[in-house]
Amino acid sequence: MPPQLKRLLPAFIIFILLFLILKHFLTPETFGEKGHYRYSSIAEVQQTQMKYAGKDKCNECHDDIVENLDMDVHAGLSCETCHGPGLMHAENDGEYEIIIPSEREMCALCHSMNVSRSTREIVQVNILEHNSGKKCIDCHNPHMPWELKE
Amino acid sequence: MGTKRVKNSRRDFLKKTAIVGGGAIAASILNPFDAVLIASEDPGDKSKVWWAYVIDIDKCIGCGRCANACKNENDVPKEPFFFRTWVEQYTINNNHEVHVESPNGGIDGFDQSLDKSDVFKSFFVPKMCNHCHKSPCVQVCPVGATYDTPDGVVLVDDDYCIGCRYCVQACPYGCRYIHPEKKVADKCTLCYHRISKGKTTACIEVCPTGARMIGDLNDDKGPLVKFLKKHNCLVLKPHLNTGSKLFYNSLNAEVR
Repeated sequence: MPPQLKRLLPAFIIFILLFLILKHFLTPETFGEKGHYRYSSIAEVQQTQMKYAGKDKCNECHDDIVENLDMDVHAGLSCETCHGPGLMHAENDGEYEIIIPSEREMCALCHSMNVSRSTREIVQVNILEHNSGKKCIDCHNPHMPWELKE
Repeated sequence: MGTKRVKNSRRDFLKKTAIVGGGAIAASILNPFDAVLIASEDPGDKSKVWWAYVIDIDKCIGCGRCANACKNENDVPKEPFFFRTWVEQYTINNNHEVHVESPNGGIDGFDQSLDKSDVFKSFFVPKMCNHCHKSPCVQVCPVGATYDTPDGVVLVDDDYCIGCRYCVQACPYGCRYIHPEKKVADKCTLCYHRISKGKTTACIEVCPTGARMIGDLNDDKGPLVKFLKKHNCLVLKPHLNTGSKLFYNSLNAEVR
């Protein structure tokens, strides 16, 4: 072995050892357990707080309204489609109020006239002409939309 | 005088070449290096869940409730430009020009500016992370902060992400953004905190027409595989070979 390599060899060994020691301390726990990532981060993502309760949860208290809703055209709707996230409301017994939308824009999101919408999929009205100025829920019950209010 | 010539016979050269070449081939047989597949777990085990997603464009009415629910559920910033899922309105006029609109991701609803007689075809396309099996975003991450879970969901490790934006650039579907407060990459997690507790995703929960569906691609008798069997489903940008697991029913060729 040439003498210059002999002198360099300890330097290389020190560098490699230093690298291995640093790697040992800088690599987070569970990194590389299942792949090139921190395995424990999966569990961290799973711990995210839920906000939407799901229709079954609403049904536990409001079964009368859910039963009405499920009778016909609005059956596919989840309560939280219109009322917003409800898990806090469901778990804290009325402390957190849910949204009760009444404005025309809410109904218009689905029911305003738009050629992009399939007429088979949804009933559409011209929101600018159809009783403009009045609230949709003045005449229509959103939980039983086939009934007109008096 | 003269340099000392190293004696290299042809026989020695061939011998060394054979050792190096043969060694490389033997090593690659023992442990095949697949740059694409190394980015994700191999879904070989059919007994485990492998999440996939279906969007039925025929059913979507563009109400934007999915985009709204997603923002609520996952604390996505409310201002436009930050979306984990959003809805696009495609309008093809009679001159076959394609217009794509997505005002505030569709959360505030859509207007159709064109008259019905001018429209050749129009439809809504909800967009979200494709949870690719061979994700470009996972492959470019320099620190291993984004990864494919063993059940096929592409996630971001908030604590480990350095916010370099490589993945935002790499995603061919534009499904990632930098979270303005956390300063890390953020994207659809397929509501991993919900699906791993047996609940459905927020977007599916609120969809009024059932245009969205999640399911196990490994479950041959499951609803998702049944849907794929019955309908002509396509993925976006199949030529990029991303291994997308977001399938669209009735996908028009104009959709990018």
